Amino acid sequence: MNKPSDSAAPDFRNRDIKTIVNAGLKRRHAAERRFRWYGLIAISLGLAFVALMFGNIISKGYPAFWQTYVQLPIRFDPTVIDPEGHHDPKAIESADYAALVRAGLRDLFPAVQGRTELRALYDLVSSDAAYELRSRVIANPALIGTSQEVWLLASATVDTLVKGNIDRTLDETERPIKDNQVGWIDKLQASGKIEKQFNTILFTGGDSREPEQAGIRGALMGSFYTLLITFLLSFPMGVATAVYLEEFAPKNRWTDLIEVNINNLAAVPSIVFGLLGLAVFINFFGLPRSAPLVGGLVLSLMTLPVIIIAGRAALTSVPPSIREAALGMGASKLQMVGHHVLPLAMPGMLTGAIIGMARALGESAPLLMIGMVAFIVDVPKGLMDPATVLPVQIYLWADLPERAFVERTSAAIMVLLAFMVLMNGLAIILRKRFERRW
Amino acid sequence: MLKQKLALALAATFIVTGSAYAQSARDYISMVGSSTVYPFATAVAEQFGKGSKFKTPKVESTGTGGGFKLFCGGVGVQYPDISNASRAIKKSEIETCAKNGVTEIVEVKIGFDGIVIASSKKTKPMALTVKDLWLALAKEVPEPGTGKLIANPFKTWKEINPDFPATKIEVLGPPPTSGTRDAFVELVMDTGCKEFSAIKALEKADEKKAKVVCATVREDGGYIEAGENDNLIVNKLVANPNALGIFGYSFLEENMDKIQGETVNGVAPTFENIADGKYPVSRPLFFYIKKAHVDVIPGIKEYVTEFTSEKAAGSEGYLANKGLIPLPPAQRKQIAADASALKTLAP
Repeated sequence: MNKPSDSAAPDFRNRDIKTIVNAGLKRRHAAERRFRWYGLIAISLGLAFVALMFGNIISKGYPAFWQTYVQLPIRFDPTVIDPEGHHDPKAIESADYAALVRAGLRDLFPAVQGRTELRALYDLVSSDAAYELRSRVIANPALIGTSQEVWLLASATVDTLVKGNIDRTLDETERPIKDNQVGWIDKLQASGKIEKQFNTILFTGGDSREPEQAGIRGALMGSFYTLLITFLLSFPMGVATAVYLEEFAPKNRWTDLIEVNINNLAAVPSIVFGLLGLAVFINFFGLPRSAPLVGGLVLSLMTLPVIIIAGRAALTSVPPSIREAALGMGASKLQMVGHHVLPLAMPGMLTGAIIGMARALGESAPLLMIGMVAFIVDVPKGLMDPATVLPVQIYLWADLPERAFVERTSAAIMVLLAFMVLMNGLAIILRKRFERRW
Repeated sequence: MLKQKLALALAATFIVTGSAYAQSARDYISMVGSSTVYPFATAVAEQFGKGSKFKTPKVESTGTGGGFKLFCGGVGVQYPDISNASRAIKKSEIETCAKNGVTEIVEVKIGFDGIVIASSKKTKPMALTVKDLWLALAKEVPEPGTGKLIANPFKTWKEINPDFPATKIEVLGPPPTSGTRDAFVELVMDTGCKEFSAIKALEKADEKKAKVVCATVREDGGYIEAGENDNLIVNKLVANPNALGIFGYSFLEENMDKIQGETVNGVAPTFENIADGKYPVSRPLFFYIKKAHVDVIPGIKEYVTEFTSEKAAGSEGYLANKGLIPLPPAQRKQIAADASALKTLAP
C-alpha cells in the first residue's frame, strides 16, 4: 500500500470512495460552518445597527410624547376681558389674555418684584397659554367673572428642565434657565402644580417656532395629499404601461428602447425629478409653488418606473397556461388580460406600488425645488394649499437651534418610521394572503 | 361604468381646481431665502399670523442665492414677495431682477448674526486672532523669512503660536454653498491675510492673485466641511475636544453647557460684544421686499411693521431671545421708518 502523501495525486484505484470522502469531510464541514458564521455575523451586525438606530431615536424621541403643563389660578377678570360688559364677541376675541396669565403667575408668587424678575417669571408659561384662555372663553362666555385652576402649557425651557435635559449643577450663565426660575419650578413641582400630560399638540398642531407648540399635523396632511396624488396618478398609469408592454406590445427595437429607459429612470437621483417638476409644472403650467398637487406630480414621476417594473414582474409570473386556456375558450385578448391575468398579478402589483409609495413618503430632496421645504403653520386643507411633508419637517426641525426641538425631531422620525413599517407590513400581508404560486 | 364616472369626476376636479387657482390671487405672503434668517423670519411670521387678521406667511428655506433667483423671477402671484438674505443683494442680482421687471426693491436690515469659533468646554480656550485663523486655514501661506508662497505647512496649533496646545488643526465649518462660509471668508480670512507684508506686496503686484490666496481654504484635512446642519457640528465638537467649529451665534447660546466660544482678537463672542460691533466676526442680516406686490398681496406692510417693531427686533424683543443680535437703537428707528415708507434701493 502506498501512503497517500507519497504521490501528488491520490491513488483512487487503491482506495474506496468512502475513505476519499471521509478524508475531505472535515475540511468541507469546517468550510460550511465558517460560511454560516459569516452569514450570522453579517446579519447580527446589521441588526445591531438597526437596534442602535432605533434605540437612539426612541430614547431621544419618546419624552416628546409628554409635555409639561403648569396649573395656574386664573381669574377671568371681566374688566380685562369684557370691560364694556356687553358680551360683545369682538371685544372678547381681542382682549389681552396674556394679562390674565401674568396675573395668575403673580398670584402664585406674590414675592416676585421688579421688571427683570417678573419677565423671568412670565417666561415659565408658553405664549400659547393666552390663546388657550381665549378659546376657552369664546367657547364658554360664562367663564367671565369666575376663578378657575387651569392647566396651561409650560414653556419649552421648563419642559426641558422637568424632563431632566438641563444640568442643574451648571453655573447659571451656562444654562438656558436662571436660578430663580429653577427655584420657582421646584416650588411648583413640590405643590403638584406641574404635571406631564400626553402631548396632543404634537399630533394636532401645525409647525411652530416655539418647540412646545410645534406639531406634525400639517406635515402629515401634506404627506397625505401628496401621496394621494402620487397614488392616483402613478398606479393606474403604471399598471396600464406594464400590461401594455407585457401583453400587447410587439417585441421590437422600440419597445426594447422604452424598457431600457424605464429601467434607467428608476435609478435617476430624485433631485432630478424635482428640477423637472420646477421647469414643467411650476414654470410652464403655472401651478402654485409648495402645493401638494405639484409634489404629488413630481413624486409620481419618481414612483412610476418602480411600479412599472414591479407590475411587469408580476405579469410574467402568471403562467402562460392561464393565457392559453382563456384564449382557447374563445376569450378575446382584452378579456384574457382583464378577467384572468390581471387579477392574478394584482397582489404583486400592489406590493410593488406600496413599496414605491413608501419610498415616495420618505423623499425630501425633489421637494426642495418645488418649494415644499418651508415653514407652514396652517394645516393644509386641500391640494392647492401650501404644505410640507413629514421628512421635510424632520429636516427643518433638525436644523433649529432650540434644544427642545431635538426630542421632537426624533418623535417625528418615530411617526415616519411607524408609517413605513405599516406600509411595508401591508405589502407583506397582501403578498402572503393573495399571491398565488405555481 | 361606475369606475369610468369616478375617473371623469376626478379629472374634472383637477381641471376646475387648477383653473380656479390661476384666477384667484394668493392671500398669504410668500417668502424665500437664507437658512440663517429662516429661524427669525419664521418666528415673526408666526407671531404675525397669530396676532393679525392675515394668514400666516409661508417661509421657504432655499439659501440666499437660491432665494434671489426666485425673487427676481418676475412680478406676479407665482413669484415670492420677500427674500431673506444673510448678505446684501449683489449688483448682478439687482440687474437680473430689473431684467425681469422687478425694479423697485426695498431693503430692510434686521440685525446681526455673530459667527462664532467654538470648542468643547473640556478644552482650554485659545485666544485666537484672525491672523492665527488665517494661518491655520489658508491653502497657501507666505514662508516665514522669505515671504514666498508655500503650501500650508502647519499641522498643529503650536506651530502657529507657541502658546497654543500641540493639538492637530481640525476646524469643522460650513461648505462653500453656505452664506456663513462666505461671511467667514470675508471677515476672517480676508482680514487675517492682510496682516502679512508678503501678501500686501503681492496685492500691489497682482490684486487678483492676492484675493485668491487670501480666500482659498486648505483642502488637506485641516478644514473639514461639516454640512449645513449646525447642530451636527456642535455634537462633533463634544465628541472631539480638539476640534474647533464655525457656526452662528444662536447655536452657541443654546449649547452653553457643552461648548464655549473662542475669543477672536481678544473679544469674546457675547451678545453685548456683537451688538456693540466689538466682536470682529459678525454680519448684518436683511430681507428684501418687492414693492410691486405690496398692495396686491394682503399684509406685506403689516408684516414689515411687525418685523421692525421694538417688540420683535428691539433689544428685548422676541427675536433677541431667538439669538438675533439687534441693531443699535438709532439705526433701528431709522430702518423702521425707511421700511414703513417703503424706500427703494437706488437702481
